[in-house]
Amino acid sequence: MKKFITGNDAAAIGAKLARVKVISAYPITPQTTIVEKLSEFVANGELDAEYMKVESEHSALSACIGAAATGVRTFTATSSQGLMLMSEIMFVASGLRLPIVMTNVNRSLSAPLNIWCDQQDSIAVRDSGWIQLYCENNQEIIDSTIQAFRIAEETLLPVMVCFDGYILSHTTEPVDIPEQDEVDKFLPPYKYPYSLDPEHPVTIGAVGVPDFYEEFRYMLQKAMLESRGKILEVGQAFNKQFGREHGLIECYRSDDAEVLLLTMGSLSGSVKEVVDEYRGHGERVGLVKVRTFRPFLAKELAEALSNAKAVAVLEKNFSPGSTGALFSDLSGAFANAKKSPLLLNFICGLGGRDVSVIQIREAAKAAMEAAKTGEVKEAVRWLGLRETMVGLRP
Amino acid sequence: MSVVPEEELLAPGHRACPGCGSVLAVRYALKALGKNTIVCASTGCMEVVTTPYPETAWRVPWIHVAFENVAAVASGVQAGLKKLGKHDIKAVAIGGDGGTVDIGLQALSGMVERNDNVVYICTDNEAYMNTGIQRSGATPFAAWTTTTPVGKVKRGEDRPKKNMLAIINAHGAPYVAAASIGYPIDFIKKVKKAASIEGSTYIHVHCPCGPGWRFDSSKTIEIAKLAVLTGMWNLYEIERGEFKLTFKPPKRRPVADYLKMQGRFRHLTDEEIAEIQRMVGEECKRLGIE
Repeated sequence: MKKFITGNDAAAIGAKLARVKVISAYPITPQTTIVEKLSEFVANGELDAEYMKVESEHSALSACIGAAATGVRTFTATSSQGLMLMSEIMFVASGLRLPIVMTNVNRSLSAPLNIWCDQQDSIAVRDSGWIQLYCENNQEIIDSTIQAFRIAEETLLPVMVCFDGYILSHTTEPVDIPEQDEVDKFLPPYKYPYSLDPEHPVTIGAVGVPDFYEEFRYMLQKAMLESRGKILEVGQAFNKQFGREHGLIECYRSDDAEVLLLTMGSLSGSVKEVVDEYRGHGERVGLVKVRTFRPFLAKELAEALSNAKAVAVLEKNFSPGSTGALFSDLSGAFANAKKSPLLLNFICGLGGRDVSVIQIREAAKAAMEAAKTGEVKEAVRWLGLRETMVGLRP
Repeated sequence: MSVVPEEELLAPGHRACPGCGSVLAVRYALKALGKNTIVCASTGCMEVVTTPYPETAWRVPWIHVAFENVAAVASGVQAGLKKLGKHDIKAVAIGGDGGTVDIGLQALSGMVERNDNVVYICTDNEAYMNTGIQRSGATPFAAWTTTTPVGKVKRGEDRPKKNMLAIINAHGAPYVAAASIGYPIDFIKKVKKAASIEGSTYIHVHCPCGPGWRFDSSKTIEIAKLAVLTGMWNLYEIERGEFKLTFKPPKRRPVADYLKMQGRFRHLTDEEIAEIQRMVGEECKRLGIE
């Protein structure tokens, strides 16, 4: 059934269709309407779940861990500062291998305080051991949310579904909402193999002394690397049933491209327009969209990008003193490659600043120039920056 | 007298120090709770000494997540149990004083305010012992710790112990109790009562710590009893707002009998001891147990 819904509605409906049993969350802009919607579903009896009114995001995730360990499907949602408050417990959730699903509605981090979109929040927890999926549109949000539960439960890894605040969270788009009985066929009931049960007592969260700790961390790494196949497999199964596939990465008019733009999230939509524009002029420009940022798909990306002469990475985050996160990971992906395109990094759209088509063209032009001359003039650039305000120009 | 089960749900062989008071509290609590229990532990001595992988001392299901969130983890466990229809299994949270009165207070406040069906047990050894005797909000007035040293200007902890029972009671918890490992039958009864009540119940159990309080490991029980006999720690319960003293010492002994057995109070002058005596008198008066 097609309906006009917001990104936040898509996330809430996705969690409802997954028949989550415990929801534990705390309000934060721009995530709030997800948990409002879920609490309505519970209040109306449309969803048979415990809605836990916790006093912080830290407790929200802690309660999800407790509930998931008893053997029920759990869900939480947050943004920005809330995610930062959770971050300590995120590392524990993945270390304990609990298949919790979380929506993160991407929002900037303080200071200065700002409630609008960039991807700094989820990027900051990229090392937390959670699978990270980024969505381009509201259809991807509902589909990825449903898939996330199956991916999590089959890999015993927690999964974050990330999408851009306001740009998607509060924007209405037509979305094909899967039928409940179809989702039930796709997503089997929750089963956790080591649940807390007095009949079979287990100890979860023991002390890992130096003699064991490294092996536990390696097992997490192995699970993350292997989850790549599971994400693909679950996506294919979803496609078979619902007729939509989102893949690990998406390649858009990229086959013969000399210049490729690389993005994550809603920005991909605008970039596709710019790509079409260039293609109209006969320029060989394409897009590669990263849907799965963790695990990082070094091999797939290297393959998808290696025939281009230059790649422009556009991203809504940066590591102070370094580059954008996607750019640095991508540089690593080409570390031992026989053939590598020139790589350019464009930091853009921080704190809700609109990324215009003009700016995307600017990035594409710089990459085209690099492709032509074989030289990168400036590896990292901030798009749309008021240079006079920060003392770069008088 | 109530029958104390012989079955040990906390296995021997754990790594607690000789004469550890807290581990006795855990052992007694499990006897009271029985096997239909899921224990959530906060980071601290009791977590570390019982679960060095690949060993565990726990014969009941047990989960540890972090330091400050054991109440929230237990809330999640009880929510999961509710959805699974497992109404006969009790969620229990165990935290030390640091994990309860300081860093874990927010999560605990949330749990009690929601009245989640959890028994919370605070094993109070009056400082951060796991990290090496740093003061906590539960450290008593004038006590030496490594972060309240006795020097030329400062004379140990300068503030009295935080009153956790009053704090939890003010949330409207159906049951709160103060207990001591020196009085195990009283403690076990309180744990049993707490577990029988639907909702958030809280037991604060006083647990002497030899290495932290500076006394010989053979003196744990004697010191625990002396705390109660001097009025430094009182045994009572508040059930749905109703206060009841569960043990009244025949004649209150001077606080010096308790303080002088412990190296952490070695520096006290007669005047300082008199001040503590005055504070104890006031507290007993406040509780109406004069």
